Parts: sequence; C-alpha cells; structure tokens
Amino acid sequence: MGRIPSTPHLRPPQEQGFGVQVWQPYQSTQPCCEPVAHIQAENLSIAYHGRPALQQVNLPINKGCITALIGPSGCGKTSFLMSINRLTDLIPGCQVSGQLHLETVDILSSSTNLLRLRRQVGMIFQKPTIFPFSIRKNLEIPLRELGTHDRTTFPSTIEHVLQQVGLWNEIKDRLDQPAQALSGGQQQRLCLARAMVLSPEVLLLDEPCSALDPISSGTIEDLIGSFRGQYTIVIVTHNLAQARRMADYIALFWSENGTGQLIETGTAQQIFEFPQHELTAAYISGSRG
Amino acid sequence: MLPPNNTIRETGTTVLVWAAAALVTMPFLWLTGDLLWHGWHHISLNFVFSDPQDAGREGGIAPLLVSTGLIVGICMIVALPIGLGTAVLLSEYTHREQENGRWIRTSLDVLAGVPSIIFGLFGNAFFCQALGLGFSLLSGGLTLACMVLPLMIRTVEESFRAIALDQRLSAMALGMSRRTMILHILLPAAIPGLLVGCILGLGRAMAETAALIFTSGYVDRMPTSLMDSGRALSIHIYDLAMNVAGGNPNAYATALVLVGLLFIINLSASWIAEQWAAFHQLPT
Repeated sequence: MGRIPSTPHLRPPQEQGFGVQVWQPYQSTQPCCEPVAHIQAENLSIAYHGRPALQQVNLPINKGCITALIGPSGCGKTSFLMSINRLTDLIPGCQVSGQLHLETVDILSSSTNLLRLRRQVGMIFQKPTIFPFSIRKNLEIPLRELGTHDRTTFPSTIEHVLQQVGLWNEIKDRLDQPAQALSGGQQQRLCLARAMVLSPEVLLLDEPCSALDPISSGTIEDLIGSFRGQYTIVIVTHNLAQARRMADYIALFWSENGTGQLIETGTAQQIFEFPQHELTAAYISGSRG
Repeated sequence: MLPPNNTIRETGTTVLVWAAAALVTMPFLWLTGDLLWHGWHHISLNFVFSDPQDAGREGGIAPLLVSTGLIVGICMIVALPIGLGTAVLLSEYTHREQENGRWIRTSLDVLAGVPSIIFGLFGNAFFCQALGLGFSLLSGGLTLACMVLPLMIRTVEESFRAIALDQRLSAMALGMSRRTMILHILLPAAIPGLLVGCILGLGRAMAETAALIFTSGYVDRMPTSLMDSGRALSIHIYDLAMNVAGGNPNAYATALVLVGLLFIINLSASWIAEQWAAFHQLPT
C-alpha cells in the first residue's frame, strides 16, 4: 500500500458545482492510506417520500483511510452512510439517485448483488445491536450465512475476530453466555467483531461511541484507529474532538431548508486548521450547529 | 409536601383507580367463587375419567375432554402455521401503508368481530356439507381455526412489529437473506408474542360453543376417529344447563374443569414466555 508523501503539498481547492469545494488529499493524520477512491459518490441525492433529504453529493472516500462525516443532526449523514450498503432500500419511501460506486461495483444498480455488497461493506450502528443469543451464536450466524459449512473453522475465526477487537481475553470463558449480559462497550466491540467475521473491505460506523461511557468510547476509538489501512472506514460523529483525533478526511454536511448538502471536504488538517467555507469555520469553532 | 388541595386530588385519583380495578376483578372472583362453591365437591378422578350417564346428570366427562382436546388440537395445528405465515407476510413483506396489506388487515379486523355463530354456519356449509366432512371433530377444529386466525394473526404481527428496526437493519447489514433474518433473528425474538397469540386463540377455541354445535355436533361418546362427531366441554355445559333438568351440578363441575384447564394453559404459556425471554434477555 502506497504511503502519503510526508512533505505536505497543498493543492488548490477545485470548484465542483453547487459551491462545494473539494480538496485533493495532501496529508493524512497518520500517513497510512492510499489517496485512491474506494467509494465514489457523484451527484448522489436521497429523498424520503419525494422530499429531498440530501442533494448532489460528490465525495470520494479513499481506500484504507478513516473518513469522518460531521455536521448537525438531520443533514443527511446517516442517510449517506446507509446508501453505501443499500440499507436505504429497507426504509419505506426512500429513493436514492445519482452515482455511487464501490471500486467498479455500481452500488445503486438494480442488478447489484445486495447480499454480497453488504458482506463487503460492514456496518455498526449507534446503539449496539446484539442479537438475543449467546456470544458465540452472534458470531456464528453470519458465518453460516456466508456459506461456511466447515464448522471446524468457526472457533478459530471467532477467536481471531475477538482478538482483533480486544475482547478475547475478556470473554473467552463465557462464549456461550447471553451476549446481552456484556457491557455496552463490549457489546459494541462484539458488533464490530461480528461485522469483521465476513472480512469486509469497508466499515460504516454510525456514531458508534455516542451511546457509550467515556472509557468504552475511548476503547472503541482506539480500536477504530488501529484499523487504519486495513479497512476503509466511514464514520458519522458529532464529536469534533474525536473526528480530529481519528479521521484522515473530513466531510462536513449541512442542512439548508431541510435538505442536506455537502459543504466542504478535505483532510482533517485542512478542515480543522484552514477551513475554506464559513459554515465549516463556524461549526468547528462551535459558533454554529 | 403537597398543598392540601393536591393531596385531596391525589387521594381521590388513587381511590378511583382502585375502585375501577376492584370493579373489574369482582365479577371474576364472584364467578370463580360460585363455580368452586357449586362444582368443587362434584369433582373427583372418577368424574374426570368416566363416561357421562343419564344425559350427563351422572358420570363424568372423559369423552368430552378427549373431544375438546382433539378439536382444539386440530384448530391449533392448522391455525399456527397459517397464522404465523400471514403475520410474517404482513409485518415483513408489506408496509403498514401498503394497499394490499391494509386490505388484509381490514378483512382480519372485520372477521375478528364476526359472531361465532356465523362461523358455525359457514363451517357447516363449507366443511360439513361442501367438503363432505359431516358433523365431525375435523369440521369443528377447522371451523375454530378460521375463527381464531384473525385474532392470532394480528397478535403475532404486532409481536413481530415490536422488534426494533435496529435488529432488522443489523441483520441485513450483515448480508443476511430475509429468510435467515426471519427464521434466526426475528422468530426467536417474537416467540413470547407468538405464545400470547396462541393463548388467546386457545382460550377462544376452548370456550367456543355456537360454532361447534353446527360443526362437531354434540354426541357425548368417546370419539374413535377425527371423522366422529364429538361434544366439546363448552357444549356439554350449555346442554346440561339449558336442556337437562337436574344437570346443574355436573354443569358446574364441568365449567370448573374448563376454567381450571384455561388457567393452567395460561400459566404454563406465561411461564414458558418468561423463561424464553429471560434466557434470551429479551425486554419483557
């Protein structure tokens, strides 16, 4: 995997229509990801029952990087996130238009194999969504669904993913206990492990720390940071300090007259230190939003 | 410390709420007390395990228990898969506002309010005559299945809908097919609701009289096949109380057995639902 040049070279922002300034990535917070678009949204719009919720989003999401979507509530961040794995299909009255590609896969095409797409693109939600079964069964269900019939490989896969999320030593002796007996932070890490048993390329995280206490939140944050370079991560967060600590790239969404728009995107350093749009400057300084 | 006026209002509300609860509980206690008072000393092992004699004035209720069990068994065997399937269709394959789902729900709500005697007449015309099943336990069970289905479907549908959207989204986000999601994620979570639907259906089926008079008949001998006519407990109570002079003592005893059975079924189902919810740590 190619590294970002250590010497910063700032390219001028380019106008891409609708007043959105798109910065070319120039430096990652921690140089470890490729400035190659893994997911590419072009003129992506989302509407609920014909009412636009997000309009004309043009956003490349780079491979192996952490991209944070920030902005006030109701500006379409989660809708954008859910369109990447087509969970928007499950929301009554939701229509997605425009172009959205995962490398060469046309995500919005009706011929796209959704089950395969969702195995490539894992998702973690705001609240830990543990299934009401044992810890082991929570991890075995997606493995079985993947068509892994060789059950002898299950224990090693389960151990591997639990090691990856740092849960193995905490729960290895109670894998057959109900998963809901775990603490909130452990449940969220189990959700991460459950998504990882499918070996996804992309992880979508919808405010994964917002329902957790500060210590659990810190653990999850460190964990997500450690995945840099392994997975392409898109995280929705309202916590600007967290976005600053974790993200390589930031995209600021804003709602105008009830319709979300992408206001500015760039590297974390650009957004936090040299914001180009007045709304970005106001939002990160805390005077708006 | 509340001001005096608020204290009076608080006390008044508490008294009213307790009075309303007492008003609801009193008839049940009265009814149960009356049944126990008049029926308890007629109940014995001999009563439960012997045949009725002298038009039911003497003897026991063994054939009636068997007939009731078979009718209710047929009813549940038929109603459960159809009810579960329709409930899954309504909750997972149609949106609330979708036209066809709304039609099905409206039809079910109308059917749930149809008097049982209408179901009896339908069962007689369709199962007994058109399908040629005659007065039989099978006709009775199938008619009861038609009768309990609307209530059961709506209860089970609501238990599926009560499962948080998060669980569905989470399952779909893991690339699960809808079939796997329903079978492995939603169904286990909906089991307590499914049991409630079954209890409601079972209760209505066991207490039914009018629908069975026209379909399963009221022959009080031990059935030898599902095509035999058989008398359910509720019909036996009706017959003894209305048509048989001197039948009241056995009517009371039979009613006590019926209420006792319903009570045991309710308690068992609630216990199973609680154990299931506790094992899976479901919200109760």
